Amino acid sequence: MLKTFSKGGVHPAENKLSANSPIEILNIPEVVFIPVNQHLGAPAEIIVQKGDKVKVGTLIAKQTGYISANIHSSVSGTVQKIDDVPDTSGYNRKAVIIQVEGDEWETNIDRTDKLVTEIPYTSTEIIQKISESGIVGLGGATFPTHVKLSIPDGKKAEILIINGVECEPYLTADHRLMLEKTHEILVGTKILMKALNVSRAAIGIENNKPDAIKKFKSIIKDYPSIEIVPLKVKYPQGAEKQLIKAIINREVPSGKLPIEIGAVVQNVGTAYAVYEAIQKNKPLIERVVTVTGKKVLKPSNLMVRIGTPIKNLIGYVGGLPEDGAKIVNGGPMMGKAINSLDVPVTKGTSGIVVIPQKEAERSEVLNCIRCAKCVSVCPMGLEPYLLMTYGEKQMWTEAENDKVMDCIECGSCSFICPAYRPLLDYIRLSKTTVGKIIRSRKL
Amino acid sequence: MNQKLIVSLSPHEKGRDSVKSIMYGVIFSLIPAFIASIYFFGLDALIVTLTAIVTCLVVEYLIQKCLLKGPITVFDGSAIITGLLLAFNLPSSIPLWMVIAGSIVAIGVGKMSFGGLGKNPFNPALVGRVFMLISFPVAMTTWPANRLTLPDGYTGATPLSIAKEAIKNGEPVSQIIAKVGTSLNHFVGNMEGCIGEVSALFLILGGLYMLYRGIITWHIPVFIFLTVFVFSGTLHWINPDKYLSPEFHLLTGGLVLGAIYMATDMVTSPMTTSGMILFAIGIGVLTMIIRIWGAYPEGVSFAILIMNAFVPLINKNMKPKRFGEEVKNG
Repeated sequence: MLKTFSKGGVHPAENKLSANSPIEILNIPEVVFIPVNQHLGAPAEIIVQKGDKVKVGTLIAKQTGYISANIHSSVSGTVQKIDDVPDTSGYNRKAVIIQVEGDEWETNIDRTDKLVTEIPYTSTEIIQKISESGIVGLGGATFPTHVKLSIPDGKKAEILIINGVECEPYLTADHRLMLEKTHEILVGTKILMKALNVSRAAIGIENNKPDAIKKFKSIIKDYPSIEIVPLKVKYPQGAEKQLIKAIINREVPSGKLPIEIGAVVQNVGTAYAVYEAIQKNKPLIERVVTVTGKKVLKPSNLMVRIGTPIKNLIGYVGGLPEDGAKIVNGGPMMGKAINSLDVPVTKGTSGIVVIPQKEAERSEVLNCIRCAKCVSVCPMGLEPYLLMTYGEKQMWTEAENDKVMDCIECGSCSFICPAYRPLLDYIRLSKTTVGKIIRSRKL
Repeated sequence: MNQKLIVSLSPHEKGRDSVKSIMYGVIFSLIPAFIASIYFFGLDALIVTLTAIVTCLVVEYLIQKCLLKGPITVFDGSAIITGLLLAFNLPSSIPLWMVIAGSIVAIGVGKMSFGGLGKNPFNPALVGRVFMLISFPVAMTTWPANRLTLPDGYTGATPLSIAKEAIKNGEPVSQIIAKVGTSLNHFVGNMEGCIGEVSALFLILGGLYMLYRGIITWHIPVFIFLTVFVFSGTLHWINPDKYLSPEFHLLTGGLVLGAIYMATDMVTSPMTTSGMILFAIGIGVLTMIIRIWGAYPEGVSFAILIMNAFVPLINKNMKPKRFGEEVKNG
């Protein structure tokens, strides 16, 4: 029996249309828009000015405070201006706009394909370098990686879990990366193990990617402390707490971080970025993005420079289909719908999914028929139907007592609801309000 | 590329089940049992069932149209289910005006007075049935012949009522069993009873289909059966002459219909697995108490309605086990 998490979960249609499309390199655009707020935490502080010349890999914005990340130029050229541009959230954010000229890289970056396996650095050096390279969690949450690797006093990491689950429908960026950069991911994993000072690592991969599992297994003997764990397909297995539960059968306590039970989770994309940063000196300036959708002519996996407008990606795959009503940045279960194609790709953009009109529209909301499906699919053991009512009636105390803050916003409840009730919308409302109440209490 | 894009919050995917698909799934699963009933009880069964369904639809439509003045949702399938299940709980010889009265109560009082689908605390079909049982006791307990047991035109009695009467008269159970047929007969539907309750075989088939479709979970039916089995089995083991065997209790009367179709009604059953189990045990125990010591030979309807009343309390106190809740220190 394959491992998986025990509580709840759903099975959306996989629609992995681009699974067999190798990663292609997208042309560098003429202008890039690099927002300073691409990560969880404080925005980076811009250190370049209009007219400055930059190369690929030049630091253009510095992290401010501990939970923040550096940002590097993804192209060579001239800083045209610093301005507010709309990002994937729909809000305007400060961004460095660079006019591209050629493709000149910082000289210390190793651009060859040669696999470097030696890791002659200490844990502190690795974490320092990761921090300098601006690496954040590439699964979509974009939490600064150096923060996740710095274990708080009194805690100890026992196992590193590499997330190769990619449980979102449509997305195949991690899948392709695992197939094409298998060695690099394994070396990246070893680097992360060294940074965390752990002797065990497991790479969790859902069973719908047998080729990736096979590829890893064929070379895993060279990496004795890393284990490949095939997992039964179930959404949201890529969620941190569910993945830990699936692999080591331990539950992260409510309100706590995984390190509480000795686990640290990193995405395969992050492991690859870490490899490139440590072994190749390459900061995080590009990433793999799946561009797909049922009506898209050529669903693809593209290696894209950060800051490339999404319309360039859409153009590459055959243009926006006639029937393309909604465009999601990320996967269709947790991604955000964007309101403009001018929005740039950021560090957290794992996919661009074009959704046809019929699927993009929400259906009319009906009465709750108390079928309890939302309760049975909730991976956190919550009662979405009740939390929605609390949100509607503004019953914040009750919402807090019934653990609304535990919600991971996976959307399984809204997905399964036969009455099309917007459960997660109201749960988000409750989370925001209850979060504010909790914070004000601490003051 | 400047067309307007739809922006909404995640998730952007939708599961395939809708209220309608669930309701029509239930109806579909009832078809085999319905056909069997028409075979057992003849055209009467068909007429009673159609009368109940049509009345339920009309009453719901009129209330939505004239009283609530809101959206008309009569074809979401739920009123058809109420009509079907109400008819399944009636003898086929019942006068049609009584069926109409029962259907009006089922939809009007049992469902719409609370606000319609999803808001009713009690199973509407059972509200209708119990109303009829109390109002028309004779018609409700006059059993037409099942084609398999008696010639047409005769009336009989259900195995449960025969047994209850006989036990009261002090007859030993072994003699009673000889009178009411074997468990295999009961399993197939070879006995007197309500239109849709007699054939455990087809009801279980329908239940399996609903399980496969994810419309019901196994917990409520299985725990009702288990409770009835243990309860009646214990008594039967203590005094086999006075108490009927567990298989007799499981296969006769409305237990199978009640456990698979009435107790599992989404609207009126608990939301958590632990709650469903408690709810099912309650139904099993109450059914046995009514059957063995109560005034009526059959108690499933009352048992379910009584437990329906406990559902809000169960939901309030039987919470699902939260993820990360029971982690010990370290």
